[in-house]
Amino acid sequence: MSRHTLSVLVENKPGVLTRVTALFARRAFNIHSLAVGPTEHEEISRITVVVDVEEHPLEHVTKQLNKLINVIKIVELDPESSVQRELLLVKVRADQATRAGVLEVVDLFRAHVVDVVPDTVVIEATGTAAKLSALLGALEPYGVREIVKSGTLAVGRGSRSITDRALERVRTA
Amino acid sequence: MVQPNPTPAQVAARTASRSADGATGRTVSGEEVTGAESIVRSLESVGVENVFGIPGGAILPLYDPLMDSKQIRHVLVRHEQGGGHAAQGYAHATGKVGVTMATSGPGATNLVTPLADAHMDSVPLVAITGQVAQSLIGTDGFQEADIVGITMPITKHSYLVTDPAEIPRTIAEAFHIASTGRPGPVLVDIAKSAMQATTEFSWPQDLALPGYHPVTKPHAKQIREAAKLLATARRPVLYVGGGVIRSGASEALRRLVDTSGAAVVTTLTARGAVPDSHPQHLGMPGMHGTVPAVAALQKADLVVALGARFDDRVTGRLSSFAPGAAVVHADIDPAEIGKNRPVDVPIVGDLREVIADLVPALEAEHAKGGKPDLAAWWHQLDTWRETYPLGYSPTDDGHLSPQHVISRLGELAGPDAIYAAGVGQHQMWAAQFIRYERPRTWLNSAGLGTMGFAVPAAMGAKVGEPDREVWAIDGDGCFQMTNQELATCAINDIPIKVALINNSSLGMVRQWQTLFYDERYSNTDLHTGHGTRRIPDFVKLADAYGCEGIRVEREDEVDAAIKRAQEIDDRPVVIDFQVSRDAMVWPMVAAGVPNDDIQYARGISPAWDRED
Repeated sequence: MSRHTLSVLVENKPGVLTRVTALFARRAFNIHSLAVGPTEHEEISRITVVVDVEEHPLEHVTKQLNKLINVIKIVELDPESSVQRELLLVKVRADQATRAGVLEVVDLFRAHVVDVVPDTVVIEATGTAAKLSALLGALEPYGVREIVKSGTLAVGRGSRSITDRALERVRTA
Repeated sequence: MVQPNPTPAQVAARTASRSADGATGRTVSGEEVTGAESIVRSLESVGVENVFGIPGGAILPLYDPLMDSKQIRHVLVRHEQGGGHAAQGYAHATGKVGVTMATSGPGATNLVTPLADAHMDSVPLVAITGQVAQSLIGTDGFQEADIVGITMPITKHSYLVTDPAEIPRTIAEAFHIASTGRPGPVLVDIAKSAMQATTEFSWPQDLALPGYHPVTKPHAKQIREAAKLLATARRPVLYVGGGVIRSGASEALRRLVDTSGAAVVTTLTARGAVPDSHPQHLGMPGMHGTVPAVAALQKADLVVALGARFDDRVTGRLSSFAPGAAVVHADIDPAEIGKNRPVDVPIVGDLREVIADLVPALEAEHAKGGKPDLAAWWHQLDTWRETYPLGYSPTDDGHLSPQHVISRLGELAGPDAIYAAGVGQHQMWAAQFIRYERPRTWLNSAGLGTMGFAVPAAMGAKVGEPDREVWAIDGDGCFQMTNQELATCAINDIPIKVALINNSSLGMVRQWQTLFYDERYSNTDLHTGHGTRRIPDFVKLADAYGCEGIRVEREDEVDAAIKRAQEIDDRPVVIDFQVSRDAMVWPMVAAGVPNDDIQYARGISPAWDRED
């Protein structure tokens, strides 16, 4: 089992996310994380999906995804040649006795405090899955009260844009 | 950066802008109409002539302008499932898109089976369903069902239309998607409020399908590779699937068969793609295939799959299917290639174009290296053919032999007739014992295995091909699932003929109980013949439906009954053939075992070693 990141460009229409995720469920693929958002073109949305599969089933699921009428393009982003990030918001217990320690961890991980009340802080951090899991490990002793984490976002390194060609298709179709 | 899209021909290469040309060719711009009128106009503009449906509350507005259409004949069916299968039968027989209509909620959910069936067998189908008014959507309104959600996994695509302005483009796209690439069902769910609103109708429509670019032109390099393999293989088999019929590639295929000299097998969906009379044709492969067809694939050194999908009913245990064969797999759907069986040469394309390119490439290979010597292979194949021809044992309970009935029907009705079957023993016998010479003459539910397919499918085929003799070959179990459409046939002058292979039981299930469940016949007795109370009495039932009913109990009556049915053309005919319930379908490969373990008849397996 290996982890793959797929960048799926889809038409920005109602129900498209359902079609994509239902296909994963139907073909018995496990979605590790999912992130959906707009692109620089309003007609196109991007679904970044991280799946745990072997090579052959991955090829199969990609072909099946390509069959969906609303899917415009699928690119696999490998970790070497892409930037992959997650966003973490975490609420940690921090009173007068422990706040200094918590803030030290925040500094070490180049995270930010975005909300403070007398007994807790909310910390915002972005980074790779590994960095965020290390941060959470460091915060654990202080008492983690709530974790909110985004799916992985990923973009290929270099100047090439995968939306450009997809957009061409949208405009000429 | 890896692009995991292994289609040989790049999908992106084909970015032509397309528009719905419209079969009628009329250009209309901005005419003010109701949404319902817009639907009718759109259907007329894509060339629809026949629709099978049944109205109800949410689709009522559409049925009003439909009444005035001079182009569209609407056949009022008795059940939505019948309407769906009729549209499938129409599409099967004519190659055109079948159209069915139903209302919201239960009307739409009754279409689930035909949609799933069309999806499995790649039948071009457009289903128009009424949906509750937009303001009621999501409120559990009366007769509301999320039919787009329900059918998402069993349609090629689906639409929910709430804006009447979207109607013409949506219908144009639906027909385009249903009929191009790998054909399939498309659902168009239209809110009642959109039908009632005023809108503008324009035609033709530009299609907005940026993610839909089926590759039809095969990759030249893959064609050359395939030709090379085919020119050098010593035991080649062309494994022909239903895709050949869908793409209209039968004519082209004949040339490939003749040029290659290879053995040919036609799957359950491909019967008729190559004439059964062709000397290289070994018949149907698979669970109930002929011994030569199954054996040829097992012993082949090259399998060329054309529009076939390595279904489990063909391969038996996948790991031991065609163990020594290199595989060329041509299909218009890239997702089929390599799905079940690793492929040596993948070819994505429309089979008509694939075969048209493959024949000259093969001829070029022959010119370079000479034709392969297939004499030893054919000696082997002919030995199997002589040793294990299709056959059956006579019955010993005094009832008709179903294989005899079906053979005689095939001989008397001939290759010009169209045969539609349900699912079960009668379907397998009809696939085995009728000799098909033309494509689109054998209609059945192969992938989904839908009991009850025959009568409505035959009805749809007869509407599409009114001058042909159309037979539904049905079982007594299947027939009771959809025989209400006899009313539709009788009233609408659709004189189909039904050959009821009545063994008074769910025959195929009973066969498995005989073979694998110790002859414990749990819930397979239907009490429709053989000295039972005959519930129902099919002759009386035929009479009640305004059809001619004939009962046949003795072998010497079989021909006369078929001939009498052929003479009747003003109403449907139902012949109740009382056949033995102990007849079984042979050969057989039991589920999940290697194809090498095929049984020619019960307990009799070919001795491969002796012949190798």
